[in-house]
Amino acid sequence: MLHIVNKSATERNSLESCLRMATKGSAVLLIEDAVYAATQGNEAAAKIQAAMADLQLYALGPDMEARGMAGRVLDGVKLVDYGGFVDLVTEHSTCQSWL
Amino acid sequence: MSDMMDDMEGGEGVVKKFMFVNRKAPHGTVYALEGLEVVLISAAFDQDVSMVFTDDGVYELIKGMNTKGIEVKDFSKTYRALEGYDIEKLYVEKASMDARGLSEDDLIVDVTVLDSAEMASLMAEQDVVISF
Repeated sequence: MLHIVNKSATERNSLESCLRMATKGSAVLLIEDAVYAATQGNEAAAKIQAAMADLQLYALGPDMEARGMAGRVLDGVKLVDYGGFVDLVTEHSTCQSWL
Repeated sequence: MSDMMDDMEGGEGVVKKFMFVNRKAPHGTVYALEGLEVVLISAAFDQDVSMVFTDDGVYELIKGMNTKGIEVKDFSKTYRALEGYDIEKLYVEKASMDARGLSEDDLIVDVTVLDSAEMASLMAEQDVVISF
């Protein structure tokens, strides 16, 4: 399963719900305002780091760059471009968007 | 136009304290850009304008944005033009920066950093508060 989150973790609970429901071996892709959660010093960073024990964490590079956050990405979070986004969708049989 | 402006100022050149509260991250929603545009419009009315950045609103002021990849306008540089419109009162809440691992050095403009109690009293003394 690929989980896609697009809301800021410091404003909504989408990421928290996603991480609660995501099962071992699943992938989580952060896009749009959700990318802030995977940056150093953000209060959601600890949850991301803990989640990486069981889940693959990805973030959309263009969204990081647009927000001036590309230099602060947490270790272990893989940046993907739009092509990589498409690859993740095709590699997983199902997608869940946590709107 | 000048009649309209007189009406808006009560005809006596009344200056009110306006505060624009920005609480949303840029790009993900249109609030940040719309808020900035309204502030620029407000500059035409010679009012006492303050801009406040709290919660995810502090992300609006981050240096080094590059929006080419998501193909939207990078309006962050416009915050630097505010000074030219005599909008110089920019306030950021310290707790909001701390929760996001940010410091003043990360911001594209000079701001006054306030603790939450100082921010609360600044809000309390306004005539008009407009939120984005």
